[in-house]
Amino acid sequence: MAFSKILIANRGEIALRVIRSARRLGYRTVAVYSEADAKALHVQAADEAVCIGPAPVGESYLKVDAILAAAKATGADAVHPGYGFLSENEGFAAACAAAGITFIGPDAAAIELMGNKRAAKLAVMKYDVPVVPGYQGADQSDEVLLTEARKIGVPIMVKAAAGGGGRGMRLVQDEADLSAAIQSARSEATNAFGSGELILEKAVMNGRHVEIQIFGDRHGNVIHLGERDCSVQRRHQKIVEESPSPAVDEALRAKMGAAAVNAGRSCNYVGAGTVEFILGDNGEFYFLEMNTRLQVEHPVTEMVTGLDLVEWQLRVARGEPLPLTQEQVRFSGHAIEVRLYAEDPAQNFLPQTGRVLRWSLPSDADTRNDHCVYEGLDISPHYDPMLAKVIVHGTTREDARRKLVAALERTTLLGLNTNNRYLIDVLDHPVFAAGKATTAFIGEHMGDVKPTEPSALAWGLAALVRYLAAGRQVAVAPGFIGWRTARPVPAWFRLEAGEKRHFVEVNAEGQGRFGARYAIGIRGLKGQFPEGDPETVSVEITAAGERDLAFLVDGVRRQVAFAVDGNAVYLDIDHGNRVIRDVTSEPTQKAGAAGSGIIKAPMDGKVVKVAAAEGQAVRKGELLGVIEAMKMEHAIKADVDGVVQAIKMQTGQQVKVRQVLVEISPAVPVEQ
Amino acid sequence: MVTLQSELDILDSEFKANADSMLESLQKVRDVEQKQMQTEQKHLDQARKKGKLLPRERLSLLLDPGSPFVEIGSIAGYGMYDDSDGSYSGGSLITGIGYVSGRRVIVVIWNYAIKGGTITPVNVRKMLRVQEIAFQTKLPIVSCHESGGGNLDSAAAASDPWIPALFTDGGRIYGQQAELSARGIPQITIAHGNATAGGAYQVALSDYIILVRNQTQLFLAGPPLLKAGTGEDATAEELGGAEMHATMSGTGEFLAEDDADAIRIAREVVARLPRDPKIEREPIREPLFDPNELLGIYPADRRKPVRAQEIIARLVDGSEFLEFETEIDPGTVCGQAWLYGRKVGILSNNGPITPAGANKAAKFIQLCDQALIPLIFLQNTTGFLVGTDVERRGQVKHSAKLIQAVANTRMPKLTILVGNAYGAGNYAMASRALKPQFVFAWPTARQALMGGAQAAKVMRIVNEGKWAKKRIEPTPEMIQNLEQMGQMIEFGLEMISEAMSCSARLMDDGIIDPRDTRRLLGFLLDTAMEARERTPVTTSHGVQRL
Repeated sequence: MAFSKILIANRGEIALRVIRSARRLGYRTVAVYSEADAKALHVQAADEAVCIGPAPVGESYLKVDAILAAAKATGADAVHPGYGFLSENEGFAAACAAAGITFIGPDAAAIELMGNKRAAKLAVMKYDVPVVPGYQGADQSDEVLLTEARKIGVPIMVKAAAGGGGRGMRLVQDEADLSAAIQSARSEATNAFGSGELILEKAVMNGRHVEIQIFGDRHGNVIHLGERDCSVQRRHQKIVEESPSPAVDEALRAKMGAAAVNAGRSCNYVGAGTVEFILGDNGEFYFLEMNTRLQVEHPVTEMVTGLDLVEWQLRVARGEPLPLTQEQVRFSGHAIEVRLYAEDPAQNFLPQTGRVLRWSLPSDADTRNDHCVYEGLDISPHYDPMLAKVIVHGTTREDARRKLVAALERTTLLGLNTNNRYLIDVLDHPVFAAGKATTAFIGEHMGDVKPTEPSALAWGLAALVRYLAAGRQVAVAPGFIGWRTARPVPAWFRLEAGEKRHFVEVNAEGQGRFGARYAIGIRGLKGQFPEGDPETVSVEITAAGERDLAFLVDGVRRQVAFAVDGNAVYLDIDHGNRVIRDVTSEPTQKAGAAGSGIIKAPMDGKVVKVAAAEGQAVRKGELLGVIEAMKMEHAIKADVDGVVQAIKMQTGQQVKVRQVLVEISPAVPVEQ
Repeated sequence: MVTLQSELDILDSEFKANADSMLESLQKVRDVEQKQMQTEQKHLDQARKKGKLLPRERLSLLLDPGSPFVEIGSIAGYGMYDDSDGSYSGGSLITGIGYVSGRRVIVVIWNYAIKGGTITPVNVRKMLRVQEIAFQTKLPIVSCHESGGGNLDSAAAASDPWIPALFTDGGRIYGQQAELSARGIPQITIAHGNATAGGAYQVALSDYIILVRNQTQLFLAGPPLLKAGTGEDATAEELGGAEMHATMSGTGEFLAEDDADAIRIAREVVARLPRDPKIEREPIREPLFDPNELLGIYPADRRKPVRAQEIIARLVDGSEFLEFETEIDPGTVCGQAWLYGRKVGILSNNGPITPAGANKAAKFIQLCDQALIPLIFLQNTTGFLVGTDVERRGQVKHSAKLIQAVANTRMPKLTILVGNAYGAGNYAMASRALKPQFVFAWPTARQALMGGAQAAKVMRIVNEGKWAKKRIEPTPEMIQNLEQMGQMIEFGLEMISEAMSCSARLMDDGIIDPRDTRRLLGFLLDTAMEARERTPVTTSHGVQRL
């Protein structure tokens, strides 16, 4: 099917990724975007772009008719769905076909078949693909499910047939919990997918998640491009992916590859697909599911095969045969990918919203980054918080691992918290380094991430950033910054990071041959007064830019990237994005005052619950409502005892950060 | 362009000895400042108990971080009245020029730790000097006020017959506060604590007043005086507390919760004042020679000469100096240069001022005046040359003419007292007497009518003349007495001409580290030249508290 103009029905890095290959091959490109994405990079990158609706995905990226209308308006004759959104929606594939637009992906029938775990399992079993022992029958009554579950025995997985992303999934270790697990999985599945259909599977403990990339064409060819090991998952979300798998040798690869190709044949598969297996420590593997789209982690396959999978997708969609036969596929070296998320590991991985103030990623012949980020971009709460994928190729696994750690360490993102440091910790963990990580790795070895306090150096540098910026405003030349003709008069700062408040004193010690020296004293802060003995840092600034500071500390030259937004200083130090606020010029609270009673939204999000009513008496700490931001719930609590004066939020309402939600008139303390 | 050459050998042991001697003298000034800070530090616990900041801490919060701060009169009062080692020096004030909310301002911090922040002779002199700067520079004054009022120290009164006149001198401060307001120069004052009687006026005559809850005590008479005067019993809070003034008397615009909050408000008020004028300047170039070398230029042995060009080469942009009439009298140095991109005329001394030198300097000043070039005096003079030869050539009229030129130039004058500053030469090279905008001194500066040894010699000659006239044959005892008297005169004169002694009496605005000279001149030049561009709105009455 010939086509010349491709509409990418997606956003973010994958839209950019597809545009890149399409353009290289001479196709014109069309982007679609929601109102929230008007300034997104994919919109700028495409030749044309069409706004398809408001921010919520249901009103934009999931809206089939809007996307087809955009294709019609721009004359696009092909659609690439990317991953997620409509990529595995057979209705969309069918609608494209009906509109005479080439859907770059498999046929609707294959999508539909593989989209149902139960049906998929039955289909691949016919092609001798090993499946996890389990139950995928049509009888969904509680009695039958329970009986079958007991037959299979614990540990057992209860899964939504239409599921994905870990929703509607329960691991049961004790038979006594079976009934409850079935109930809750069914209700969650019904809510999430509109279908309460469940399957049961023997749980393979300490297995690895190993998936095979397959490709089929319209000439009856199906081949595989090797495996990806995606065992490192947090709450069923992949965060590290690699190829080859440390647990797969050539013989096993051939066996798994053949099984995957068979799975593809079972549904007459055309285009890029991924067959997921669970691989036990005994070398046994079982089919889990098949993803009928390009995967997020496809670059690791590209890096070890030297192929462009999007190019292949386009060729196959045009009706060309696969460019290579199975025998011609070559694997070279090792590739590892990590997913950089806008989330705070120290706040239970709470998704982060905000403006990207600084952004830079290393890139070289062996280091690839697929991302959609630029300085000034506002990360909204509407979409997946993935910011970037960093993929590194090395001759050996250890080369790749080491280079990836180094690349992450040289990655700068300021303005919001990311999982950057967490990823480094995963990659540096001896178990991962030894290639021994299974799906249990995160749970067993990574533990909870505790919030950490800024180091003395971080407090000092934050103060110094403010000091130099203010000094530069008024200084005729650098030597005037902090200069005193008589006795020293230090500059005072009250700084805040999270709950922690510190007092920081900066003294200019003079201009040396190399730069300006500063003595910095850091103490606790009680009210307006410093307390305790100061921890001191002596810093010599050797180069002070608007965005970077180079300094000598203890004889070692170091540098730090920073960004300033209002009174907040963001430092690329300690654990990545470190925000320290300068609250020196904050008004002093009236004595004895608790909270203000003005309750504001802590982040952008949607109100999912209003738990108080106007006129209601509340105690400090009492729940007033709940906000959901990117799947996470956040409690809104009273900060003072009093009576609710006004409720300014409604269930379902989208609220902005710092928007006033509730006003409480504080109770007057009763004289004893 | 003419670039100055240096003949200085910075690797020479003499340079090193000079620098060591300079640093030693400088350390004595720093020690006095340190003593003041120690006195202040003794109040820490008490201040914290009351929820207060120390005076210097208030300054730390008030100034913009990274702001330069040029202190005025840091050791005022050192060794005077009841001060011996500097512990009670400073005139109960920390004053200077710095930046608040991005604006160049005069800062006045009342140092309640020194004699309760009371009004003393030194305090009055220093305040008058600060006000003089405000009139000249048109800079706003931001004050952190807390004063015990007039100092009733009877010992001081007994030792100084001028003390009773303090009552009227102090009053000038209030009058000038009103004048400053009328000239459109705002005064922003925080009443951190006690402000009784005279102190109350310092606050009340400000354009903006910030009161501090549970701290301000602002009244004409405090509870004891009230009780004594009328028999009325009242608490300080009832009489003049912050809440009373904020809610009832209207003597205050803002009510702060504590010291830090009050300083925040003061900063916000300043942030709403007009911005400093922007003045064009040429690109700034560093001198070819390191300004840090100024430390070793002035000889530890004062009889050795100093070449002014060595100093100038370490002060001006690119060490470029267009010297004026070099062939006329090399003893008086005049020339033009750029300093931080601003044109300046520089005058200095390589020897006593001759009639020709005085002529040259007077003409140079008039040319600068015509070209709107401000003047910098690097003073190092033992005075006008004396003798029949120069008298015949009109030394008196020529020196008088130079004083006229210096006094009447319309351009700002800045003076650095480098070394000697004696006799009428002191006036002619723009010392305090000739009203330069600012006078700062190196630790090597000496100001006096004449040198001690010279004065002793004159006294001896006069006495021996008397004896000769009366045909008295002096006994050995008389000769010994005369010798002793000479030594006393020499010692006494040397002592009072010392930089620290002069600075204590506010004959200059402070003693500086010679290495700071270039920066200081740059800062002061900007301050003085900006003043010419400042256009405050004047009124006949000032802002009255209605």
